[in-house]
Amino acid sequence: MTILKSMLTGAAALALTAPAAMAEWQPRKPVEFIIMAGTGGGADQIARLLQGLIQKKDLSPRPFIPINKPGGSGAEALRYLQDKAGDDHVVMMTLNSFYTTPIIQDELGVDPTEFTPIALMAMDTFLLWVNTDRDDINDLDSYVAAVKEAGLNWKVGGTGSGQEDSVLTAMMEAEFGYDVTYIPFSGGGTVAKNLVGNQIDSTVNNPAEQMEFYRAGNSKPLVQFTGERQAAFPDVPTTKELGIDIEYYMQRSVNGPPNMDPEAVAWYTDLFQTLFDSEEWQSYCKSDGLTCDNMMTGEELAGFHTKQFAAHKELIAKVGAAAITGE
Amino acid sequence: METVITALGSGLLEAFQPLNLFMIFAGCLAGLFVGCMPGLGSVNGVAILLPVTFLVPPTTAIIFLAALYYGAMYGGAISSITLGIPGASTAVATVFDGRPMAQQGKADKALMAAAIASFIGGSVSIVLFTLFAPPLAAFALKFGPQEEFALMLLAFATFIGLGGDDIPKTIFSILLGLVLAAVGFDIISGRPRLIFFDMVEFQRGIGFLVLAIGVYGVGEMLWTLETTKGTVQMHKVNIGWQRMKENFKDVKIYINSTWLGSFLGFFVGTLPAAGATPAALMSYGLSKTFSKDPDSYGKGNISGVAAPEAANNAASTGSMLPMITLGIPGSPTTAILLGGMIIWGLRPGPLLFTESPDFVWGLIGSMYVANFVTVILNIALIPVFIRVLAMPFTMLTPVIFTLCVLGVFATTDRMFDNWLMLIIGVMAYFLRKLNYPVAPAVLAIVLGPLAERSLRQSLISSQGDAMTFFERPISLVCILIALLLVSYPLIAKMLKKRNAQQPAQ
Amino acid sequence: MTVRTAELIMAIALLLASLGLMANIYFGDLNIGWVPGRGPGAGMWPFWLSLGMALSSVATLFRWVTGATPESRNTEPFVAPETIFLVSVSAISILVLLLMMTFIGTYFALMIFMFFFVRVLGKHGWVATMGMVIGTPVFVYLLFEVALTKYLPKGLPVFEEMFLAVDNLRYALFY
Repeated sequence: MTILKSMLTGAAALALTAPAAMAEWQPRKPVEFIIMAGTGGGADQIARLLQGLIQKKDLSPRPFIPINKPGGSGAEALRYLQDKAGDDHVVMMTLNSFYTTPIIQDELGVDPTEFTPIALMAMDTFLLWVNTDRDDINDLDSYVAAVKEAGLNWKVGGTGSGQEDSVLTAMMEAEFGYDVTYIPFSGGGTVAKNLVGNQIDSTVNNPAEQMEFYRAGNSKPLVQFTGERQAAFPDVPTTKELGIDIEYYMQRSVNGPPNMDPEAVAWYTDLFQTLFDSEEWQSYCKSDGLTCDNMMTGEELAGFHTKQFAAHKELIAKVGAAAITGE
Repeated sequence: METVITALGSGLLEAFQPLNLFMIFAGCLAGLFVGCMPGLGSVNGVAILLPVTFLVPPTTAIIFLAALYYGAMYGGAISSITLGIPGASTAVATVFDGRPMAQQGKADKALMAAAIASFIGGSVSIVLFTLFAPPLAAFALKFGPQEEFALMLLAFATFIGLGGDDIPKTIFSILLGLVLAAVGFDIISGRPRLIFFDMVEFQRGIGFLVLAIGVYGVGEMLWTLETTKGTVQMHKVNIGWQRMKENFKDVKIYINSTWLGSFLGFFVGTLPAAGATPAALMSYGLSKTFSKDPDSYGKGNISGVAAPEAANNAASTGSMLPMITLGIPGSPTTAILLGGMIIWGLRPGPLLFTESPDFVWGLIGSMYVANFVTVILNIALIPVFIRVLAMPFTMLTPVIFTLCVLGVFATTDRMFDNWLMLIIGVMAYFLRKLNYPVAPAVLAIVLGPLAERSLRQSLISSQGDAMTFFERPISLVCILIALLLVSYPLIAKMLKKRNAQQPAQ
Repeated sequence: MTVRTAELIMAIALLLASLGLMANIYFGDLNIGWVPGRGPGAGMWPFWLSLGMALSSVATLFRWVTGATPESRNTEPFVAPETIFLVSVSAISILVLLLMMTFIGTYFALMIFMFFFVRVLGKHGWVATMGMVIGTPVFVYLLFEVALTKYLPKGLPVFEEMFLAVDNLRYALFY
């Protein structure tokens, strides 16, 4: 009886709120939150944090469901999102393979600038890491010397051919004139573990992926690929200070499929703005070396994507796609 | 040692708080329920119940999720035994003997063996976990791609002999599984492979569950329908107190396999990237190899149920080790647990033990309690699960098909996989009729990608030098054991022949 | 068709399929050889394994010719006439279930599927039939949509709208 009563009350409440809900777009079914990378890496950590926050703060009438689609350095996810054109109930957490994968795998037929930009949540950075056991390597110079001596015996771990860390590795090879062996692993977490276990010699990980090992004294950063020193790493020199022409950032943005309903875009933008401004997100940014000063959205983000896409095309043309895929 | 005991004591106290105890109970029950549906596993349960846990403190939340994880692990065996469909890759080996036992009217014995073996496996694993977490974590770090590949060789070596007597057909089945595993993007080069008919859906690859449910849920089901002429109904089991007591006494038959599975499972589970599936297979294979009566395996040997179940439970506990000590998920489920920990402001990593001891020991304490609660729940529910088998076939069949279709859909959210499942199922039915063994294909699709990836990573890192596998001690030992295992049945046969010939002379 | 013929056809079909796989990889522009300094190319693993499949099919064909397999000596019908109905009805019912899920949605499809098995095939009483026809979709909805937040296929927009209304009610009540 009580159940019936509460159902009736619910229905009445629904009838009352229905007109209000019509005014603004809201998700009507669970939202797929695609992650174009494997579990445990930076993008995955961020997406799961955001999903948790959405539910904790009750920001969406329908749940967000994180789904990892790591296949082919994100190709699977890109293709999936492209095929979802016009669907308002799917968004994707992206990283730089959003640009690099469509360039390297041109048979994929994906143009990242056609997706609907929603929100740039953060800019992530890269650092060059080695195991703390390497007493002989304390700065970039001793690193380059060690790599040159080892030649192809030097093993760099990464998250997959065509992934941004492989691009950065290729950029370093071109800059310093050495050749290393690049070994793809299944995610940022696995790379970090292999570095700590001395299975590989160095890696370019994001701060989030190495932070705990760094704090435990298992790995050490040599240089940050940025213009300015980050608060989390005040003692680590930047490439700019050392006069090296490599600055590389990772965008962490949320994008939807092509041709999303503008009202839906507005709703998602509001949602991610609330998340962006939340204390939890800002403190996560601080502790993990992410730059989260202001959130880029809409046209501005579209412009950013176009620029980044062109920049990556140039970059890949310069180092050569073969240097990245290793085939 | 003393510190471990005091820490564990406080952890157990934490677990025994009324709220936590209630959450353990609720988690185990929910996990058991989700786990016993084919296709659904702890991943679904854990992911979905995450929001519930925002209402309670982080330690309670992780206790709840860990309990759910435990429950689901036990639950996996239930669908393997009663329906003959492995609900998760970890429970494939349980089908081999669990299914025949159910058909012989011994489903209750199989379920009991699964529950008790799981309990022992889980217990051994938790104790080892408590005592040796830090040194084991250090050992796990020594495992590079070379060691992973050697371990995969070991896993393959143990399932020689799982196939039928027709060698070309068995080989075909293994190779088919391995090739199907290669469909989709190649992780090393990022290139798409074997995209049949240029259908983009194949880029995702062919999932284990699609193949397993297709083969066991559809193919085997059709075959059973045919061989039983529609009287799929199993032998009715009357469970009374007497029978339960008898079932308890079976323990001594399978206790050796259970110990073997427990230690092996824990060890394999702690290695990042390996996980519970290879552990269960290796345990089954080894138990069969060293059995006095290997031919009875696959025909309803109770040790064949206990060995993989002990191992997969031990391994799932073991797979928490890399997560807690290193912050690296050992399985998709632990990946989601990891996500939960980050939301609660806990950083999984080498420092978690020292920085949040209450949390870690609360979790370990709850694992002890969850293991107890699950085994009791599981045994108490055996009569309920058995009732499924008493359903008439015109009701059981559509229920099984429904669970298969929805289970496959739930894993990937696309109808494409359902169509694939149906095609695979019908193919498997024809192959089965022509005496092609299907189990090797199902196993190969799980182990294939792991093996290929670690092989290629190793060779890239050694610049194409295959000697790398023999130069590293751990990998060399694994390879030697694998060789020994492959040759063991032959040697045993030869010895037997000689012994048989001698009296005749 | 006898078991003997069926084994021959299957072995030939599998041989052709294996060759097809090899061709797919070979012409798919994948490296099937050993890349110096890197080990196996992307196509090496599947290509040579497919070759193995082809060879084991040839072995089966050879054993068929020599009569080494029990199936090659078996001249009974491949699918016994009395079971052909049961097996094909089951297989086709899944096919129809999947088709219906695509068009009229999971829930209506399940109702029809259950009705077919329980009432038409099983000839169970109306109580049992209606119990299954109504119970199954309700159970599935509660387990998959409510507990596990899985969005099952709802079919064409007309049918989808009906379930969005149900969802609205549910979220209004419990969220």
